[in-house]
Amino acid sequence: MADAPKKPSPTTLVTLGFALLIVVIVPILNAFLPEANFLHISDFTLNLWGKYFTYAVLALSIDLLWGYTGLLSLGQALFFALGGYALGMHLMLMIGKLGQYHSDLPDFMVFLGYDQLPWFWEPFRNFGFAMLGVILVPGLLALVFGYLAFRSRIRGVYFSILTQALTYAACLMFYRNEFAFGGNNGFTDFKTLVGYDLREAGTQRGLYIASALLLLGVFFFCRWLTTTKFGKVQRAIRDGETRVLFTGYAAANFKLFVFVVAAIIAALGGALYVPQVGIINPGDMAPEKSLEAVVWVAVGGRGTLFGPIIGAIGVNALKSYTTRAFPEYWLIIEGLLFILVVLFMPKGLVGVYGQIRAAIAARKERMS
Amino acid sequence: MSEKDFILAGEGLNRSFDGFKAISNLNFYMDTGELRTVIGPNGAGKTTFLDLITGRTKPDTGTIVFAGEHELTRMNEYQIYRLGIGRKFQTPTVYVEHTVFDNLLLSLGGSRTVFSTIFARVTAEQRERIHEILKTIGLDHRAEALAGSLAHGQKQWLEIGMLLAQDARLLLVDEPAAGMTDEETAKTGELLLSLAGKHSIIVIEHDMVFVRQIARKVTVLHQGTILCEGTVDEVQNNERVIEVYLGRKART
Repeated sequence: MADAPKKPSPTTLVTLGFALLIVVIVPILNAFLPEANFLHISDFTLNLWGKYFTYAVLALSIDLLWGYTGLLSLGQALFFALGGYALGMHLMLMIGKLGQYHSDLPDFMVFLGYDQLPWFWEPFRNFGFAMLGVILVPGLLALVFGYLAFRSRIRGVYFSILTQALTYAACLMFYRNEFAFGGNNGFTDFKTLVGYDLREAGTQRGLYIASALLLLGVFFFCRWLTTTKFGKVQRAIRDGETRVLFTGYAAANFKLFVFVVAAIIAALGGALYVPQVGIINPGDMAPEKSLEAVVWVAVGGRGTLFGPIIGAIGVNALKSYTTRAFPEYWLIIEGLLFILVVLFMPKGLVGVYGQIRAAIAARKERMS
Repeated sequence: MSEKDFILAGEGLNRSFDGFKAISNLNFYMDTGELRTVIGPNGAGKTTFLDLITGRTKPDTGTIVFAGEHELTRMNEYQIYRLGIGRKFQTPTVYVEHTVFDNLLLSLGGSRTVFSTIFARVTAEQRERIHEILKTIGLDHRAEALAGSLAHGQKQWLEIGMLLAQDARLLLVDEPAAGMTDEETAKTGELLLSLAGKHSIIVIEHDMVFVRQIARKVTVLHQGTILCEGTVDEVQNNERVIEVYLGRKART
C-alpha cells in the first residue's frame, strides 16, 4: 500500500524533467546564449522567475496548512517576511561603509540618531547566524502562537482571523521607527551577500538557482511528509478532527508541528526573496499579502502539491503582465479570478481535468 | 461484588447547561464484558452521558471510575481514549477522503506521537489485523475504497471496526441503527452481539425492534437520571416507563 513503487511513476519523471529544466537549462540559456538568440533568457526574466519560485514556496507552506490540515492561515506572509527580515539584517550590516552616510551603522539608524548598533543586531554580522535566525525567529513565533491557539482549541474561521490579526499587529510594529527595523522604509540598498555583489548578473543567477532548488526541495519534502502516516493523520484532522481526538491522537500537537514547519518553509522562501527583490519593508506583512497568497493556492488547487506552485507562478505572471498593460484593473481581475475559481473550480486549475472527466462520465451515464 | 468488577462506575453525576439539567444525580454501574442498552426519550441525557464518559464535557459534580482505577472526569478525550474507551458517534464519523484500510490503520493501537507517525511503517502484523477486522465488519471487499463512497450502513460498521482496531475495552455506540435498512440493522445487531464478552459495550438506541434483538440488560434514562433497569420485558412492563417513554411513543 504505502510501499514505494519500483519504477518511477510518470509524475516523477515529469517532475524530474521539470527540475532539470529550471535548475540547469534555464540558467544556461541565460548565461551562455547571446542576447540576440530567441532562446536567450534575459536577466530580468530570470530574476522574475526566481521571485515567482519563492512565492511558490510560500504557497506550498499555505497548502500544507490549508489544503492538507484544514487550517486556513491568513497570516502566512508574516513568516515569509520575517525570514526576509532576518536575512535582511545581515545584508544591511554587509553594506558597511558603502551606505549614504558612510557609517558602520545601517543608514536608517544614522538617520534616526543611533550611535551604536542595538545588541540584537550584532550577531547578524555572521551569515550562519543570520540563516539560523531565518529559521528560528519565525519557527519560535509559530511555536508560541500555535501552542496558545491550538491548546485553546481555536479552530476554523477564528483561527484564520487570529492569524490575520497576528500579521497585522506585526506589520504595525515594524512600521514604528523605534522598533529598530527600519520603520516604513524597511531594508534596502543591499550590496553584497557572502562576498558576492548583488548587482552582478552571476549573483542573481546563483540566487535564481538557489530558489529553484529550494522550491524542489520543499516540494519533495511535502510530497514525502504527506504520504507518511503523519500525512494521513494530517488529512484526518482536516476531515474529522473530533474523530481524531477520539482515536487518541493529540490533534493539537499535530497541528502545532505542521504550523511550525510551514512557518519555517515560508521563512526560507522569504530569505531568498529579499536579495532578489532588493527590498523588504512592513508592507510585505500587510494582511493583503497573506490573502493574495491564499488566492494563489485556491487558484492552483489546494490539497495538491502542483496546484500551489502553478497558482503562485500563474497568478504572479498574470499580475506582472496586467500591472504593466492595465495597471488600474489588476485588483478587479484578481478578485474576479478568485470568485470564478471558488464558484466553478473548487479544486483549482489542477482539478479542471478531473472535473471535465467527471462531467463526461456523468453525461455518458445519463445517455445510457 | 467488589468495585474492581465494574468496568464503569458513575456516581452522583450532575451536569446542567444554562439551567437545564441534562444529567441529574445519575448513578450507573456496569460489569466487565456486559452489553448494556440505554434507552430513553429525546433529551433524556443519553448523548450527554456519553460525552461525560469520553471527556467531551465535564460533570458539575460526580465521579466516573473506569475499570476500578481511572477517574475519567479529570482526563481529556485522547487520554480517555488511550485507556481503551472508544466511541461511535450518532452520525458516522469516518475519514471520508481516506481508504477503508487507512481508516482502520489510523485507529490501530500503538504510539500516537507526532514523530512516531512520521517514521511509521505498516507492518505485516498490522496488515493482518486490519484484514481480520475487515472480515469481522464485512468490508473485506472494500478495503481500498474511499470511506466516503461507502453506503450509510457500511460507514457505521467501519466506525465500529475502528473501535475494534484500537482494542477498546469499553465501546460506546450511539444509535448504530439510525438510518439503516432492516437488513443492515439486523447485521449490526449480530456484529454487536458477537463483540460482547470480549468487550464491554454500551449501546444507545431508539429502535425497539433492534433493542429487543441485542438487549440483555436495559437502562432507561429519563430527565437525566435512571428510571429503571432490567430485561427488555421488565422494562417494557414497568408502569413508569410506559408513562414517560413507551406511552408517549405510542401516542405519537
